[in-house]
Amino acid sequence: MEQLGLSAPVIFFAAIFTNNILLTNFLGMCSFLAISREVRSSLGLGFAVIFVMTCTSGLNYLVYYYLLVPFGMEHFRFIAFIIVIAAFVQLVEMVIERSSPVLYVILGIFLPLITVNCAILGVALFMIIRKYTFLQSVAYGAGGGIGWTLAIVAMGGIREKLRGAKIPKPLEGPGIALIIAGLMALAFVAFSGMIQIQ
Amino acid sequence: MNLLVLSIAALSGLGALLAFLLEVADSYLGFYGECHIDINEGERELVVHGGESLLSTLMEQGIFIPSACGGRGSCGYCRVKVHEGGGPLLPTETPWLEPEEVKDNVRISCQIKVRGNMYIEIPPELFLIKEFRSRVEALYDLTDQIKELRLRLIEPDTITFKPGQYIQFQVPEYKECPESVYRAYSIASTANEPDGITLMVTKVPGGLATTYIHEVLKEGDEVAFNGPYGDFYLRDSDREIMLVATGSGLAPIMSILHQMAEEGISRKTTLIFGARQKKNLFYLEEIEAFKKRIPGLEVILALSSPEEEDRWQGERGRVTDVLEKIVKNGANKEAYLCGNPAMVEATVELLTKKGIPEELIFYDKFT
Ligand SMILES: Cc1cc2nc3c(=O)[nH]c(=O)nc-3n(C[C@H](O)[C@H](O)[C@H](O)COP(=O)(O)OP(=O)(O)OC[C@H]3O[C@@H](n4cnc5c(N)ncnc54)[C@H](O)[C@@H]3O)c2cc1C
Ligand code: FES
Repeated sequence: MEQLGLSAPVIFFAAIFTNNILLTNFLGMCSFLAISREVRSSLGLGFAVIFVMTCTSGLNYLVYYYLLVPFGMEHFRFIAFIIVIAAFVQLVEMVIERSSPVLYVILGIFLPLITVNCAILGVALFMIIRKYTFLQSVAYGAGGGIGWTLAIVAMGGIREKLRGAKIPKPLEGPGIALIIAGLMALAFVAFSGMIQIQ
Repeated sequence: MNLLVLSIAALSGLGALLAFLLEVADSYLGFYGECHIDINEGERELVVHGGESLLSTLMEQGIFIPSACGGRGSCGYCRVKVHEGGGPLLPTETPWLEPEEVKDNVRISCQIKVRGNMYIEIPPELFLIKEFRSRVEALYDLTDQIKELRLRLIEPDTITFKPGQYIQFQVPEYKECPESVYRAYSIASTANEPDGITLMVTKVPGGLATTYIHEVLKEGDEVAFNGPYGDFYLRDSDREIMLVATGSGLAPIMSILHQMAEEGISRKTTLIFGARQKKNLFYLEEIEAFKKRIPGLEVILALSSPEEEDRWQGERGRVTDVLEKIVKNGANKEAYLCGNPAMVEATVELLTKKGIPEELIFYDKFT
């Protein structure tokens, strides 16, 4: 199952920088655009995504190779992955509600929507396609989550700075956010010559 | 066949395992245990299970905080001072609170959860608010648009309210209304017969509550309401009183007139009751009777568009036209307005221009 000698740490860093799941695969865009108005809430959602991605990549690995494969049920992988992810998001929601009511209210509907954040299912599917080992999968999940957080926090910072800026009327809000996302993606593409993991 | 059973079992097992884990997590994370809520420095001490919103926790304990939106955070009525245990101010509360209120620890009680011991402060009259069961004793037309609804209390069997206050009537589920809703109606009857209340309800086309009251409700039916609420009541002073009502806005004013008659309040008082046409006026005999019982009372009836056959001799025009004419200056006067929002807004504007300070103009808008 080992993929071409890429070690877990390499995959971890690659997932953050060269293959940032948000800015090179464009997964997980909706909450990226909706919650990135300020750094604080971006960071909150980011941590939730890191936690969910890391844990679910490991869990989904176990579910896939120790439950689905032995029973010849690989064709159930979408539903199995989604159940695991949903349960985890539920758990994270309980934790956040208990520990930070303000963050809970700010994240609002986007917290439960992590369930269907395509970046998270994306990580689970990529790790199967690329035949990662358990360690590689977890590294990829953690890296993917950190990469996603990095992108949304950077975006939050830029949008905070832009608050006082004069933006042409038609571009206000989502318009300028999409342009910024595009420029950020270009910047990240520049890393991609360094290591390739796909 | 085997494979089918096996795969279903495996998938169900996975689901069951996760459900079990979540249940365990919930019993730790969702459990706040017993919480003590101290109200008004020991006036009441509640022991409750945490985890619910402060509003619904208080409701369960029989303490009704005004709420028009039923806890959705869209009315801002459910303010409560929370001095301890309220947690940080939430973004869903800030739109409703002025900076001074935030400094005074005022919170929107439907938005915050009981998570531990709390120390809160509420106006003592809220303790009088209760949930009532009652029976429809009478229901009949006052005009073709307005019905009088008389309710006799079942449990609790008496109500204490200030004349002018309103109750929240519970509309049960019925054909047009998929879930129960509450609507505010002012009490028209005297506070001295506390075993029942009278309401006046204007029909609103397509309205959930008014359609129910006008078309579904029958004498003998049981209905529920809670209350009393509101700070529309007669202030104790020696200023001249202006009472202004249109349509069913007469309801709280009637209750105030009962109070004036019963308590022998003889301050100079002018009642202006406005309607479109003669057929929209009602309670004229009762008002006439009050003139004998309240020495200082003068009554002006005003029709804004009388018909030919009304042969109207009285005032013509809207209530604002009448006020424009009769109020020379606003010194030493206070005003009580009740009726549709447009009338109330126009009248407040006129009276402040005439020099009645805004804090002496009291009103209920029937929105
Ligand atoms: C403090 C207070 C006291 C009140 N006292 C009384 C009272 O004594 N007697 C009384 O009849 N009403 C009173 N009201 C108004 C009452 O609470 C309801 O708002 C009203 O009866 C309409 O309820 P509904 O459920 O039938 O209509 P809804 O189902 O709430 O509304 C249906 C539609 O009609 C519109 N609508 C709502 N109200 C009116 C209106 N008045 N005129 C025109 N369109 C409207 C709504 O915007 C909506 O589009 C009072 C309101 C308040 C806030
Ligand atoms: S009940 Fe309406 S805002 Fe709380």
